[in-house]
Amino acid sequence: MVVSVRGDDPPGPPAHGGAARPPVPPGPPAHGRAARPPVPPRPIPPRTFSAFRCWLTVYRRIWRSSVWSSVLGPVFYLGAMGFGLGSLVNKHGTASLGGVSYLAFVAPAILATSAANTGMAEASWPVFGSLKWNKIYIGAQSSPLRPEDIFRGHLIFMAMRLAMNAAVTIAFMWAFGAVRSAWVVLAWPVAVLTGVAFAAPIAAYAVLAKNELSFIYIFRFGMMPLMLFSGTFFPLSQLPGWLRAVAYATPLWHGVALCRALSLGAGLSPLGALGHVAYLAVLAAIGIWAGGRTYRRRLYV
Amino acid sequence: MSSVPLRMLPPAGQLARLRRAGRDAGSLHLIERHARAYGHAWLVFASGVFEPLFYLLSVGIGLGVLIGKVPGPGGRLIPYRDFVAPGLLAVSSMNGAMFDSTFNIFFRLKYAKLYDAVLSTPMRPAQVALGEIGWALIRGTIYAIAFTLVMLALGLVHSPWTVLDVPVAVLIGFAFAALGMTGTTYMKSWQDFDYVLLISVPIFLFSATFYPISIYPRAVQVVIECTPLYQGVVLLRDLTLGVVGPGLLWRAAYLAVLGLAGLYASGRRIGKLLLI
Repeated sequence: MVVSVRGDDPPGPPAHGGAARPPVPPGPPAHGRAARPPVPPRPIPPRTFSAFRCWLTVYRRIWRSSVWSSVLGPVFYLGAMGFGLGSLVNKHGTASLGGVSYLAFVAPAILATSAANTGMAEASWPVFGSLKWNKIYIGAQSSPLRPEDIFRGHLIFMAMRLAMNAAVTIAFMWAFGAVRSAWVVLAWPVAVLTGVAFAAPIAAYAVLAKNELSFIYIFRFGMMPLMLFSGTFFPLSQLPGWLRAVAYATPLWHGVALCRALSLGAGLSPLGALGHVAYLAVLAAIGIWAGGRTYRRRLYV
Repeated sequence: MSSVPLRMLPPAGQLARLRRAGRDAGSLHLIERHARAYGHAWLVFASGVFEPLFYLLSVGIGLGVLIGKVPGPGGRLIPYRDFVAPGLLAVSSMNGAMFDSTFNIFFRLKYAKLYDAVLSTPMRPAQVALGEIGWALIRGTIYAIAFTLVMLALGLVHSPWTVLDVPVAVLIGFAFAALGMTGTTYMKSWQDFDYVLLISVPIFLFSATFYPISIYPRAVQVVIECTPLYQGVVLLRDLTLGVVGPGLLWRAAYLAVLGLAGLYASGRRIGKLLLI
């Protein structure tokens, strides 16, 4: 059992030589030179950053396989839904879509939905696996990292993956002619926010999960109905009234509606956009707060 | 679970009976093991029925209204929900079989070390392959029956031939489970599952599940006709809509051959991986 010096106090003498750790704040001068100037404050707390760097190290070894699904996934979905299914929809008439082609209608929804899906996928099995299977968290636990650092570092990594995937999707949307407005550049941060709004609460839960079966329920009764009924593949106006009210309350609808308005450049007031962003930001903030607590409960020794 | 007695092998009498029953009866032990292991997770098992229900409802309320009528088998115009329901049954058979035979098998192979334990008993690799695929098919049968009942309840069934949907869905599951299991024996890490998605997602999206392949150029159509899912979708769609001809037997034979080839290959691969 490795006993380590850890906790909330500023890092003291390193307990065991951690080569991957960032330099500790000013200690005694190294080579007898005059005292160094104080280290300027960093934008990200260094311990969170080193937890993030751990995931970068992992990712540097595995990016090759994920890059294919990140790049080809959006191509497949935009092609099949936008062009294949779209050919049937466009033939039948697109008045209920607001007169735009089905490709332009569905592409921003695919952007938001795949961000939510990536958020769920990156925050469930990998978080659980870091405790149970490959034990990355257990390793991090025996370093000076606090549980909150482990959580935030992992969450930053998830946000990075979300940003990469969303950028690729938007690029393909543009290349396929699905974009109607330059505002689409703002759909990039919105997609990332949508993903984080899913990832943070799910990670907060996943770290406490007893077994991996619960994720199947989240996917089956959470993600799946959200994906199908959040105005993604058909406009909400087709749902019966009570189901529409439920859809308005779900996070994915806010992401889809905002991405769609930005991509089409129509149908949104600044106040409405602010409302969507506020909803997603509050959900993400609750997730980040809850994650700090649940990680501490599970990982603090 | 505490009432289940711990035993490594069935009682001698039962084992002898099974040996007499047939060469491959050993695979029944693996199926029994999975049935017991899933005993506490029966709710996960049962809740799988909801997935097709959500899909069918979303198509019925949403996409069906947007699309109207599409050309079905024989060029007749049919409502979109009638067109897509058999396709969704095929997709759910494929996805269930792929999930069982890739993620679950990989976990048992690399983490749970289940087969290391199994192969230290009189069971042989071919029996492991048969047992795993048999288990996937039992699950697939239950889901296929549930899906067909949901279709019946929603008024999407138009022919008595639909009773054959269940065996055909199981056949699709057999082909994908056997091929998926063979692929899994070549995998080294969880990252390789990205490649599984890379194959299964386009098959799922482009194999005439959501729209007729007549929108593609002929060269693309030929490629799609080679995928097992396309053959399964056509089989199910023709049966459900009552457009039945002898050509369907060839499609079924194609799926069966793929499945048998995968069954043979996966048994050999498991032996090669785990027996020195």
